[in-house]
Amino acid sequence: MADGKALKIIIAGEGGQGVQSIGELLAEAAFQAGKQALYIPNFGVEQRGGVSVAYVQISDEEIGAPKFLKADLLTVLSKRSAERTKGYLKPGTIYLYEQSALEAPVIDDRAVGIQGYETVAPEAFAKMVGDKAGKPATPPAAPALRPIGIRAAQTAKAELTPRVFNIIVLGAITKLIKVLPPAGVKEAIAKKFRAKFRENPELEELNFQAFAKGLTMIEAEGMQ
Amino acid sequence: MKEVVRKGCTVFSDHGPAFGWDGGLLRKGGRVIKETQLTGEYGAVLEKEQRSFMTGNEVVAWAALAAEADFMYGYPITPQNEIMHYWSRLAPHFGRGFLQTEDEMAAGFAMLGGALVGKKTFCATAGPGNILMQEPIAMAEMMQIPGVWIIQQRGGPSTATVIYSQQELRLTTAGGNGEGLRIVYSTASHQELFEYTIKAFNRAWQYRFPTFVLGDGYQAKLREAVTLFRPAAKGWTLIPAEPLVRGPGIPALDREPVHLRNTFNIEEELYARLEEQLAAYERLTPEVVEWEVEVGPETEVLLVAHGIVARAAKQAQKMLNQQGQKVGYFRPITVRPFPGTALRQAVGANPNLRLLVVESAYGQLLSMVKAELYGLTNPIDTLLKPGVGVTAEEIVATVTKRAPKEVCHGG
Amino acid sequence: MADEKSTVVREPTKNPNMPLSWRKETKPHRFCPGCGHAMALKALGEVVDELGILDRVLYGCDIGCSLLSWDFFNFDSVQTHHGRTIPVVVGAKRARPETIGIAYMGDGGGYAIGAQHLVNAAQRGDQITAILANNTLYAMTGGQLAPTTLPGQKTGTTPYGREVRKTGSPLQGPELVAAIAPAGAYVARGTVGEYQQLKGYLKKALRNQMEGRGFSFVEVLSTCPTNWRTNAKDTWAFLQGEMARYFKVGELRVPEPAAPGEEE
Ligand SMILES: Cc1ncc(C[n+]2csc(CCOP(=O)(O)OP(=O)(O)O)c2C)c(N)n1
Ligand code: SF4
Ligand SMILES: [Mg+2]
Repeated sequence: MADGKALKIIIAGEGGQGVQSIGELLAEAAFQAGKQALYIPNFGVEQRGGVSVAYVQISDEEIGAPKFLKADLLTVLSKRSAERTKGYLKPGTIYLYEQSALEAPVIDDRAVGIQGYETVAPEAFAKMVGDKAGKPATPPAAPALRPIGIRAAQTAKAELTPRVFNIIVLGAITKLIKVLPPAGVKEAIAKKFRAKFRENPELEELNFQAFAKGLTMIEAEGMQ
Repeated sequence: MKEVVRKGCTVFSDHGPAFGWDGGLLRKGGRVIKETQLTGEYGAVLEKEQRSFMTGNEVVAWAALAAEADFMYGYPITPQNEIMHYWSRLAPHFGRGFLQTEDEMAAGFAMLGGALVGKKTFCATAGPGNILMQEPIAMAEMMQIPGVWIIQQRGGPSTATVIYSQQELRLTTAGGNGEGLRIVYSTASHQELFEYTIKAFNRAWQYRFPTFVLGDGYQAKLREAVTLFRPAAKGWTLIPAEPLVRGPGIPALDREPVHLRNTFNIEEELYARLEEQLAAYERLTPEVVEWEVEVGPETEVLLVAHGIVARAAKQAQKMLNQQGQKVGYFRPITVRPFPGTALRQAVGANPNLRLLVVESAYGQLLSMVKAELYGLTNPIDTLLKPGVGVTAEEIVATVTKRAPKEVCHGG
Repeated sequence: MADEKSTVVREPTKNPNMPLSWRKETKPHRFCPGCGHAMALKALGEVVDELGILDRVLYGCDIGCSLLSWDFFNFDSVQTHHGRTIPVVVGAKRARPETIGIAYMGDGGGYAIGAQHLVNAAQRGDQITAILANNTLYAMTGGQLAPTTLPGQKTGTTPYGREVRKTGSPLQGPELVAAIAPAGAYVARGTVGEYQQLKGYLKKALRNQMEGRGFSFVEVLSTCPTNWRTNAKDTWAFLQGEMARYFKVGELRVPEPAAPGEEE
């Protein structure tokens, strides 16, 4: 950002992983911090399922086109989304990925049979056919890429609650991009989920813990 | 030296008679909304200027509210749905109306009904909905019934994508079976969406030609900063809606009954009517056209784009000029009427100037540009990407690829 | 006559769960978990197999979540334009009458924007089979008011609940069609909650067309957990409770005499 250019961030994952919330929160925090910010989701005809991609730009100057060709930070939270977004890589892209990303489900007769009655969408259905969940994803080999693997899903599940998975990722991104004050991002979280937190104050604490975990996850691994 | 001529983009701070914000015409017609009607969390809405971070669809709903629109008639279609969602949530708190009709044709004709009886009506649609809307718009054109249409362009033809394009430029400016006597603003940011939506209501009721805000799916769905305000706080006067039928008085006693006509018996009758309308349109054109331009005698390449693509073009211009290239920029803000004189001026002085027309359509803007530049011999390059977005990097690459080549001399 | 013997005879599948006419390559399908469209289409696929008419079917789907089925089956399919599936299928049927024309659409497509086509095709007695999934709202566009939205139901465009005084009562589609279609029409309302019964209705509706009797129409009470924002239990409860109370399941028009082999 030093040269006045916008910092370009992509977050990609499966529908339902909270990808768009991450994008929205980053942009909102940047706006509150007095920066120029723009966030746009990908959207299609399907109401659910499919790959979800959020595009965020943060800048000190006016922002041009809402989408871009190459990202400074590419976050991928599933195998399919990694495949879909690899064109955004360039030398020097920080590649933040979830290590426990699911394999794409294998479709066989048995699976289709289950689907006939249970009508399960692709992402939920990986679980039902005993897929190879948990097999670590590997970053693509690209020149001068800066790959950073995290285990946000595992941490969320074991130490907090699976629901705050995306907030851990948000913490990690905040740490990596360095241009947003963590307190400001926390404020954006509090604002966006105000109604939910009012209903369930415990959830607020869990979210803030998740955010802190994401921040330290990057520190702990010495990857800044 | 680079010359910068900007006109049109700052009209909101100058309200001369040309722009219709003048005149102390404050709300007539018993349509004043009492502040006390506002309930709960809506009480303080737009009380003072408000800096917000929101989607374009949300911005449009607020703008319609600020413009004191009375009634929205609509039919769901992506990517404009949230305009209806926000409006239907806001409307009851502000004494405004909303009706979801059985399709876009019904919505468009219902708008005309609302406008006929003196209400400010609007609608938002896209793609296939915009096609169906052409039928009521044709009637609006024929009978000069005002209305505001927000178009969030999506991929075409037919259903195509729900995402984005600039492929509705031709349909929006020239659809229908007439001469396309419309006013169309092509916006490029949330601030413009807000301000031009308000302005569109004024234009529509000032000139009584169908008026459009031409946005797109990106503008609809992206979030960025915007400043919302009450028009009055900026000294803008809202032009009131007057009933075309059912005005005050008893017909045939106090006043002549109104008989609005949509059909003519002979060619000459129609011709006489159209001549009047065309003359009125010619008169409004210099008052209405808006554009943005950056060009100088040294400029070698002029980027021409409208709407959100103009943002990419502007960014590309900056990047290229930083590299030492001499690149200018022209953006029509009104795409109908088209700022042809301004474009011709920008181009005509320099026969060596190359144009690069960039759009998310296959030559819709290009054909307008060519029509305006008829007779000039400046070469025109294109970057035409129907149905997909254009980035600044792509424009830079296109210009750079052309740069080393021999410049064609006009002759 | 239109009812030529079909040439499609296939080995029964090894997988009893998957109809022959389901296209395996496009599974898993794109509908959300718990979506009624998938259940209705499974029933349709089984019925087409049982009737052995796969080679004669022209399947048209509307724009709405039904569009997600454009490559769902092993029969020739066309994704049309919002609300216009009936006229596309009518055109094909008139031009090549041996075609088994199936028009599949949502309640918005069939009862709002395409209502004129439903009314006119029914009234003309066009020999096609129209199947309409009623999920009480516009699902694909994110859940807005449909003609079938229940009183008080909240949608994107009725954020404070549907007010009958302002936007009317839920449209009774099969009742409307039954009232206007000429002799030879078959009209029924089934539900994804009664799978075998639904299959029976779909079979009769297709037979009615095969025998050249007249227009056939089946409304299917369907589910949309995504826009209803319901879990599995509440989805089922809404379908079997509120919806079934408002929309009566059963046959409204059965042509006389009943199609051979289908007497009850
Ligand atoms: C002319 C036109 N208007 C609007 C739309 C947008 N649109 C797409 S699907 C849809 C409604 C779908 O609702 P329904 O028919 O009930 O099907 P569902 O998704 O509920 O199955 C609408 C309004 C369109 N594609 N074309
Ligand atoms: S949104 Fe509703 S109707 Fe559409 S696929 Fe999902 S559950 Fe089915
Ligand atoms: Mg529906």
